[in-house]
Amino acid sequence: MSETHTDKRVTVLTSESGWALFDFDELRQYRDLFYFLVWRDIKVLYAQTILGFAWAILNPAVQIVIFSVIFGKVANLDTGGVPYVLFSTVAIIPWTYMSDSMTAASASLVSGKQLLGKIYFPRVLFPLTPILAKLVDFSISVSILILVMFYYQVTPTWNLVLIPGLILAMMLVPTGIGMWLAALAIRYRDVKFAMTYMIKLLIYSAPILYSASAIPENLRFWYSLNPIVAVIEGFRAALLGGPIEYEFIVPGLLVSVLIFLSGAIYFRRMERVFVDVI
Amino acid sequence: MADPAISVEGVSKIYRIGLRDQVNDSIGRSLLQFVKSPLSNYRKYRSLYKFSDEVLSGADAGDDILWALRDVSFDVQQGEVVGIIGVNGAGKSTLLKVISRITPPTKGKITIRGRVSSLLEVGTGFHPELTGRENVYLNGTILGMRKLEVDRKFDEIIEFSGVEKFLDTPVKRYSMGMRVRLAFAVAAHLEPEILIIDEVLAVGDAEFQKKCLNKMEDVGQEGRTVLFVSHNMAAVTRLCNRGILLSAGSILEDGNTHAIVSSYLTSGLGTTAARDWSASEAPGDDSVRLRALRVVDQQGSVSEGVDIRKKVGLQMEFDVLEPGHILLPYFRLTNEEGVSIFSTIDQDLQWHSKTREPGRYVSTAWVPENLLSEGMIYVQAAMRTEHRKYRPFQEADAIAFNVIDTMEGGSARGEWVGKLLGAVRPKLDWTTDYSAEVDTPGG
Repeated sequence: MSETHTDKRVTVLTSESGWALFDFDELRQYRDLFYFLVWRDIKVLYAQTILGFAWAILNPAVQIVIFSVIFGKVANLDTGGVPYVLFSTVAIIPWTYMSDSMTAASASLVSGKQLLGKIYFPRVLFPLTPILAKLVDFSISVSILILVMFYYQVTPTWNLVLIPGLILAMMLVPTGIGMWLAALAIRYRDVKFAMTYMIKLLIYSAPILYSASAIPENLRFWYSLNPIVAVIEGFRAALLGGPIEYEFIVPGLLVSVLIFLSGAIYFRRMERVFVDVI
Repeated sequence: MADPAISVEGVSKIYRIGLRDQVNDSIGRSLLQFVKSPLSNYRKYRSLYKFSDEVLSGADAGDDILWALRDVSFDVQQGEVVGIIGVNGAGKSTLLKVISRITPPTKGKITIRGRVSSLLEVGTGFHPELTGRENVYLNGTILGMRKLEVDRKFDEIIEFSGVEKFLDTPVKRYSMGMRVRLAFAVAAHLEPEILIIDEVLAVGDAEFQKKCLNKMEDVGQEGRTVLFVSHNMAAVTRLCNRGILLSAGSILEDGNTHAIVSSYLTSGLGTTAARDWSASEAPGDDSVRLRALRVVDQQGSVSEGVDIRKKVGLQMEFDVLEPGHILLPYFRLTNEEGVSIFSTIDQDLQWHSKTREPGRYVSTAWVPENLLSEGMIYVQAAMRTEHRKYRPFQEADAIAFNVIDTMEGGSARGEWVGKLLGAVRPKLDWTTDYSAEVDTPGG
């Protein structure tokens, strides 16, 4: 009896919140739940729709068409000789993932408040769930990317080896921002209203519709601090070949790591009072 | 002795409750407030979980401070089944929420040894779009099971729930009863070392409830530690070997379940089912004085919780000091929403149109079984007379009692387990005419 007693999990609850990053031990214990939460999000997203997962293709496809007409044909932006459809597609696919998962992660606590007040599990699973669940949409929409690249006969270069790292960075950005905003949104619903503008602001501030090289030399450093710039420029260089502009990629990556770490700490500091401030 | 499974040391939980906003009488002031509002809103939201030292020490007892729990300490040994009882607002649910890590204590410390599953609601996390099968897995893992565990118990869970046929139907097409069955079946197969349960037995039909109670009894006998909150005193006495009585956030009594339950039922905590007045304090005037009010059961003993299927007596004890008045004892019943259910006035023919001699009188009005709805009933007591304007006394919300449907059948619920609206709940005679012939549309 005493042997079994010693290996029992001891939990101590007090009014103090810690400064730790994650409780990895606990996350491991709840990995099955995490799996089912992600799986639920995926299953439920297109429930009772006729087109189902086709929506994952349709949404970015419509955006690509609109942007190509407005910015490629009408505004005639400079893309350095790359056809505009190709130029924007390589950016819009990762961008759609980032904006979708960021929005969902930020709203995750507020939309899950029913669960929040009734049961305990690591709160960080709320914002992390959409980060993984939206990868399904992303993977499906990659088929557009492949199609467009095939159509324009892009020859892959060695730059492609960067893709796994870039996908990680693409997930890191919304995770960090999502943890920050989710923790803030549950206390201040202002976040919900600000979110719409933020997404709009980001799409114009990141080089999705235009090329980062259009930014004046003296502003480039500040511009490169935007972590979305790093991801988009990275994807473009990796998929279309050409020089990898580290000056745009490295600062943004550092910033995204910073946002991720600070977001994790802030989330953990606040997670215990979420229920009291809903 | 081994370390306790749960050890609660000096735990307090403070909430800040909303105060009425200041009302401005000038446009200028309103404008000023509008400009300042982001700052004051920020402070307001921050103050929801930050409390100054004055508040924590109890020196500042502002109107907006609510001590949901105040300095609660107790240990639960491994294998004990503890029932927590108390009136609404006594802090039972808050205590369970703090122990299940949903909300942190404002002060104090809780040490838990073992794996905890808490069941504060049946069907937490059920998703209407998912099928029954999928929800079993989702709900099971939410409650703390591993996937392997759910795999292993899946057949047992399904059999217990009795919804085999609908396993692959989305839960949104389930009836309320089916949903509850499935959800409880999952919960009943949890095997944590420590189980925390809040009032979940109050759902389901009678047969299913019996099944759940039996299952819970097994759980208790397997040596698991259980914390159990319920208003169902029968269930508490049956399942628990120890009771903790909470009142206004503090522990009032802690000990043997039978003793705790009976002291809870007779004390008439919070809402009183009985009140006495001394001769000097008694409401009334020189001719009549109110001495006592009681809610009694058929045996005549005071009871706060009333079975919906039993008669309940409203008793008024009064002294007549001056002869010559025709007196009409009167009660008015109001429910939790403030709706007047009915008024009743003395019907005793023996005293019809008769003046009363000085002395002590006890009048009892019997409310029939299966008339009142579930919930708190507040009773106003008054004395009326032959003169419309002369009322020697009138006591609003003087006593109260709780009407309980134990779901054992025999109430107006029939087989329905969901909400049943209405200020009264009479059990009516229903008849059905049946014929096998059906008019087919268009035919």
